[in-house]
Amino acid sequence: MNPPTLEIEGLRVGFGAMEAVRGISLSVARGETHCLVGESGCGKSVSALAVMGLLPPGARRTVRRIAFAGEEIGQLSERQLARLRGDRMGMIFQEPMTSLNPAYTIGSQMTEVLRRHRGLSRGDAAERSVAMLDRVGVTAPAMRLGQFPHQLSGGLRQRVMIAMALLCEPKLLIADEPTTALDVTVQAQTLRLLARLQRDLGLAVLLITHDLGIVARVANHVSVMYAGEIVEQGSVEALFAAPSHPYTRGLLDAIPVPGKVRRGDRLGSIPGIVPRLAVGFVGCPFRDRCAHAAPVCAVEATRQEAGGEHVYRCRLPPGWWREAA
Amino acid sequence: MRLRRIPLVIGAIIVGFAAIVAIIGPWLAPHDPFVQDLGHRYVPPAWMAGGSPAHWLGTDGLGRDYLSRLILGARISMLIGVSTIVLSGTIGTTLGVLGGYFGGTVDAVVMFIVSCRLAIPLILVALTVVFMVGSSLAVVVLTIGLLLWERFAVVSRAVTRQVCALDYVAAAWAAGCSRTRIILREVLPNIAHHLVVIATIDMAIAILLEAALSFLGLGIPPPLPSWGLMIAEAKDYMFFTPWVIEIPGVALLVLVLGINLLGDGLRDALGARTDR
Amino acid sequence: MGRFLLRSLLLAVLVCLTVLIISFALSRMSGSLAINIAGPDASPEAVAKIEHELGLDRPLPVQFLDWANRAAHGDLGSSYLFHEKVSSLIASHLPVTLRLGVIAIIIAIVVAVPLGIVAALHEGTWIDIAVGMVALIGQAVPGFWLGLMLILWFGVDLHWLPIAGLETWQGYIMPSFVLSFVAIPVMLRLTRGGMVDALRSDYVRTARAKGLSRIAIVVKHALRNAAMPVVAVSAVQLGFILGGSVVTEVVFNVRGVGYLAWESIGKGDFPVIQAVVLLFAVIFVGLTLIADLLGAVLDPRLRGG
Repeated sequence: MNPPTLEIEGLRVGFGAMEAVRGISLSVARGETHCLVGESGCGKSVSALAVMGLLPPGARRTVRRIAFAGEEIGQLSERQLARLRGDRMGMIFQEPMTSLNPAYTIGSQMTEVLRRHRGLSRGDAAERSVAMLDRVGVTAPAMRLGQFPHQLSGGLRQRVMIAMALLCEPKLLIADEPTTALDVTVQAQTLRLLARLQRDLGLAVLLITHDLGIVARVANHVSVMYAGEIVEQGSVEALFAAPSHPYTRGLLDAIPVPGKVRRGDRLGSIPGIVPRLAVGFVGCPFRDRCAHAAPVCAVEATRQEAGGEHVYRCRLPPGWWREAA
Repeated sequence: MRLRRIPLVIGAIIVGFAAIVAIIGPWLAPHDPFVQDLGHRYVPPAWMAGGSPAHWLGTDGLGRDYLSRLILGARISMLIGVSTIVLSGTIGTTLGVLGGYFGGTVDAVVMFIVSCRLAIPLILVALTVVFMVGSSLAVVVLTIGLLLWERFAVVSRAVTRQVCALDYVAAAWAAGCSRTRIILREVLPNIAHHLVVIATIDMAIAILLEAALSFLGLGIPPPLPSWGLMIAEAKDYMFFTPWVIEIPGVALLVLVLGINLLGDGLRDALGARTDR
Repeated sequence: MGRFLLRSLLLAVLVCLTVLIISFALSRMSGSLAINIAGPDASPEAVAKIEHELGLDRPLPVQFLDWANRAAHGDLGSSYLFHEKVSSLIASHLPVTLRLGVIAIIIAIVVAVPLGIVAALHEGTWIDIAVGMVALIGQAVPGFWLGLMLILWFGVDLHWLPIAGLETWQGYIMPSFVLSFVAIPVMLRLTRGGMVDALRSDYVRTARAKGLSRIAIVVKHALRNAAMPVVAVSAVQLGFILGGSVVTEVVFNVRGVGYLAWESIGKGDFPVIQAVVLLFAVIFVGLTLIADLLGAVLDPRLRGG
C-alpha cells in the first residue's frame, strides 16, 4: 500500500503575535482530491503556502511532521525544497491575471521549468510544452508559446498555469482557489479539466476553496477549516451525510437548496466574522458565533469521532443534531 | 514600530530648530552680520588654533562674524524655502487639480504646459531672468516660485484623478454640488497630505537652487549672507581656510537633509506613498 | 505603437516650438541688450545704431520669425561677444558636456541599481535603512559644494586628481561624479521600490512555486520587471543632468555648453543663451522620446499586441 502522497501533522504558522494556522493535520492519497474548505481568513491559503515552503519572510512555521510520498520534507533547506517544487509538487493560484510574468512569453515561462528540472534543450522543452498545452485544452498551442500573458483571457491563463504546474508530471498538485476568479462557465470547464488530468496522471490534489459546491463536486475527502483549525474532517460522503460541527452545519445551511427553500424564507447565515487569533488562544475558536456554546468551550473543544475517519472537534456528542430536528 | 518614526522626529527637530533660528536667531546673534572688521579677516573658528571666543565660527574675508552671518543665512534659506513653495504650490496645484478634475482638453493642455516646463533647463532660465531683472531676494523668490511648480502639478493631477474616481465624488455631483464646491470640499482635503510631502521635497530643492544661483553670483545679492553666496565668496581662499566653505555647506546639507527626512517621515505617517 | 510614436513626436515638436518662443521672448524682454554691447557710457545714438544693426528695433514677431527661419536652416546667429557663429560655438563646447553627462548617468546606473536591488532583497533590515540614508544624504548635498570639497580632498590634500580642466582622463572623474549625484537618489529609490514590488508580486510567487533558482527569480523575473521604468527614467535623468550642468562645469572650470551659457548670461550674449536653452530643450525632449521608446520595447503590454 503506497504511503499517502502528502501527510501533514500539527502544522502551525504565525505572523508576529498572531497565529494564522493553529495545528492542522491532514493527508492526501494518490489519485485523490482533498478539499480544504473555509471562509476567507481561516488560514487555508497560508497552509497551502506553508506546505510548499512559499511563506513570506517573517512567517514562523512549525510542524510535527510533513511527508511527501513517505519522505520527511519538514526540515529541508530552501534549496532542496526548490528542487521539489515545480518538479514533484506543483501549485496553482487564484489570480491567473497576475500570476504570469508580463515581460516574458508563455513559452519562455513554460520551458524554463523543464529546462530547470529536466535539463531539456530549448527545442525539446518547447515540444513538451506544446503537448501539455494541448492536453489542457488550449487551442493553437504552438502559437500560444510566442504570445504574452496579456494577450490571453483569464480562463486561458489559468489553463496555462495548470499546464505549467503539471509539466514535470508531479505527484501532488496544490490548487489555491483555482476557479474563484473565473467566470462560472469557465469554472466548470476548469474543474472538469482538473478531474481528467488527475485521473490520467494519478495526481494527489489538495484543493483550497470556500465553495461547498466545488467540494461536493470534486472532493474525496474534506477538511473544514475555521480560524486556523480544522474543525471537521472526513470523506465527502460522510461529511455531507452527517455534518457534525456547528460551523459545518452553518455553512451548509447557508446554501439555498431548490425545493427546500421557499419564497420569503431567510437564508441561513452565521453572524460574526472569522477572528484572528493570537498565540496562546485556548478552547474552541467558534464559540463566539456558536448557538450551542457552553462554558467548557472556553477551555477545550474535544475531538470526537462521528464514524470511522470522520472526526470533528466539539463538545457536542456525535449525532447531536438528530435530536434538534 | 517606534523605530520607523525616528527619521520623522529627526527631520522635525532639524527643521524646527532651523525655523527657530530663522525667526529669532538674528536678534540673538553675537554680532551684526554686515559689520566689517578688516583687521580680523579669516579668523578661524574658536576651536581651532588662532580662534577666539569673540567669534565662535571665526570671520570671513571682510572680517564679518561668521556665526552671525550663518544665522541670518538660515533665515534667508527658510524664507526662500517657504515663500517659493507657497507660490509654486499654488500654481502647480491649481494646474494639477484642474487637469485632473476636468480631464479631456483641459488635462491635455495642462500636461502640455508641464511638458514644456520640464523641457526648459531650469537653472539656465533662472540665471537669465535674475540677470535681466537684477538680483534681489524678491526676484529670486519669484523666479524659483514661478518655475518650480511641476512636481506639484504632476502629483496633484495624479491624485485628483484617483480621488475623482472614487464614489463619494460622484455622489457629491449627483447630490447637486457645484464643481467648485466639489473641488474645494472633496478633492482638496483628500490630496492635502500628498501636497504636504511635495512641499517638503520642493522646499529642499528651492533652497539648494537658490544656493546654486547665489554661488554663481546671480541669486541673493551681497552683502546678504546667503549660504551659497558665502561659499562663493570664500571659494578663492578655500585652499587656505577650508572651514570657510565647509561650514555653510554643512549647514545646507543638514537643513536639506532635515527637510527631506521630515518629508519622508510625513509620507510614511500620512500614508501618501504613490511610488514607495 | 506607430500611432503612439507619431503622437509623441508631434507633441515633442510642439514643446520645442513653445520653448523656442519662450526663450526668444525671454532674451528680448530685457531692454538693456544694446546698452550692454555698446557699453555703459555710450550715447543714445550709438545704442540706437547698434539696435538697428542687430535688427532689434523691428517688431518682436518679425524678429522671432526671422530667427526661427534662420535657425531652421542651421544659422543660430552670431554671438555678440565672441564674434563667432553661435552654432560653431555650441558645436565646439557640446562634446565635453555630452561626454560628462553620459559618464554621469552610467555612474548613476552602476551605483544606484545594484544598491537598490540589495536594499530590496534585504527589505526592512539595517542594510535597507543604510542604503536609504545614503540616498537621503545624496539628495541633500549641494552639488557645487560637493565639487569644491572633492577638489579640496582629492585634488589638493591627496593629489590624486587634477583640480580643474579635462586634459587627462582623470579630470573627468570628479565632475561626472558630482553630476551623477543628482540622479542617484531618484534611481536608487525607483529600483528599490520596483524590486520590492516585483519580489512581492504574484508572478514571482509563481516562479518560486516552479522551483526556479534564486538567481533566476531575482534577475530573470523580478529585475526584468523592476528595471523597465528605471531604464526609461535614466534617459530623462540624463536630460536633467545635462540641463543642470552649468554649476558643475563652472566649479571644475570645464568648457562645456553649461560654462558657455554661464559666460553668455553674465555678459548678456543673448543669441548664445537663446540657442543653448533651445538646445537643452531639444535634447531633453529627444531623451523623453527615447525613454518612451525604451519603455515600449521593454514592456510587451505597451506594444499594443
